[in-house]
Amino acid sequence: MVKRSILIGACLALLLGCSTAPGPVLYQRLGAEEGINAIVDGLLFEIEHDERIVHHFADSDIGRFRAMLTEQLCDLTGGPCQYSGSTMQQSHTGFNITLADYDALVEGLIKVMQRQQISIADQNALLALLAPMYKDISYR
Amino acid sequence: MNLRLLLIIFFCLPTLASAGSKIIATGGATTVEGNAGGGIVPWAVINGYASSDEWSVTTFAGRVGVDDFSLNSAGIALSLDNKWELSYARQRFALESIGGSLSQDIFSVKYHLAGELLYTAMPQISLGIQHKRNLDFALPQAVGARSANGTDFYLAASKLLFNQVAGRNFLLNGTLRASKANQTGLLGFGSSNDNSYQLLFEGSAAVLLNYNLALGIEYKQKPDNLAFAAEQHWRDIFIAWFINKNVSVTGAYVDLGNIAGQGSQTGYYLALEATW
Repeated sequence: MVKRSILIGACLALLLGCSTAPGPVLYQRLGAEEGINAIVDGLLFEIEHDERIVHHFADSDIGRFRAMLTEQLCDLTGGPCQYSGSTMQQSHTGFNITLADYDALVEGLIKVMQRQQISIADQNALLALLAPMYKDISYR
Repeated sequence: MNLRLLLIIFFCLPTLASAGSKIIATGGATTVEGNAGGGIVPWAVINGYASSDEWSVTTFAGRVGVDDFSLNSAGIALSLDNKWELSYARQRFALESIGGSLSQDIFSVKYHLAGELLYTAMPQISLGIQHKRNLDFALPQAVGARSANGTDFYLAASKLLFNQVAGRNFLLNGTLRASKANQTGLLGFGSSNDNSYQLLFEGSAAVLLNYNLALGIEYKQKPDNLAFAAEQHWRDIFIAWFINKNVSVTGAYVDLGNIAGQGSQTGYYLALEATW
């Protein structure tokens, strides 16, 4: 009986350990600078080939967009960066990003993360950081 | 008959690959009553993959098999703008050991009021109406049901929580339903001495093992209007496999409690769904 509860306890500790142990921050788990760059470049590729949303980027300075997004992801995931761009509200005003546009972008990001074989847990951790930006980005 | 037609549609469907922009699995499965949800609980999500300014059509066919009964259901839903879900389902409940069958039609409308399942702190909230028409009222009437037709109203809240235990996403759903239905309408509505609406709770919780696979549980509280036999809550454990945005399969172990005096009814649920 005691043995069994110790075993159960050990299993639980092992399971919970995945989410609570002070392991490397998300930035590191995503592959640090190289990993974030690959995600951003992958996403730019997806946007370029997604006729649903590519028009929103017609007048964008892609170089700047790439630099700002890289910096923002680095900052958000706990990397050694400080996002220096404008707020999400400011940068999306006038674009009228719809729910479908946002879904399309998230789908593109998921494709990239799958392609890069990022673990489901790390994918979900990044989505958890980005999904709530919807209210600042959409319908402005 | 219409089951065969649905099967033909299912197998032809992968060739019609167009689907909406919503993320896979976020349209949920389809309940036995034709609404986006789990197997027995309607969720706040809108069926299919139509996001804003898009539309989609979903068809499903499912079968519940328990000790003394079976329930075949099939239906079709039109989703608009990730706001509206209009659906029709036909159910045929066979009394395998007693003999005979009971059928009903279910016409539903769901309206997505507020929140976005994935993107807002507030859960997605939807209001639903189901109008049910029992097609074999003689038996329900004989056991004390008051009316062949009834209308249910429900308010559902659904929320996806990212990165919970072991990095997996969780889906939580709570539904409050006002109903007069006996065994969801298969045994008619109300009774000779009670024709009032009752407020009932239904809930689901699921863990998304990955983007395509959801494992969950459901609970559905039910009224107990008819004196001839006790009616009990329903529950199930389900697994839904969203193969792609066009096809999904749901399987479940179900416990429907006592039905029409027949003891503890447990068994399986299997459903196929196609969306485009």
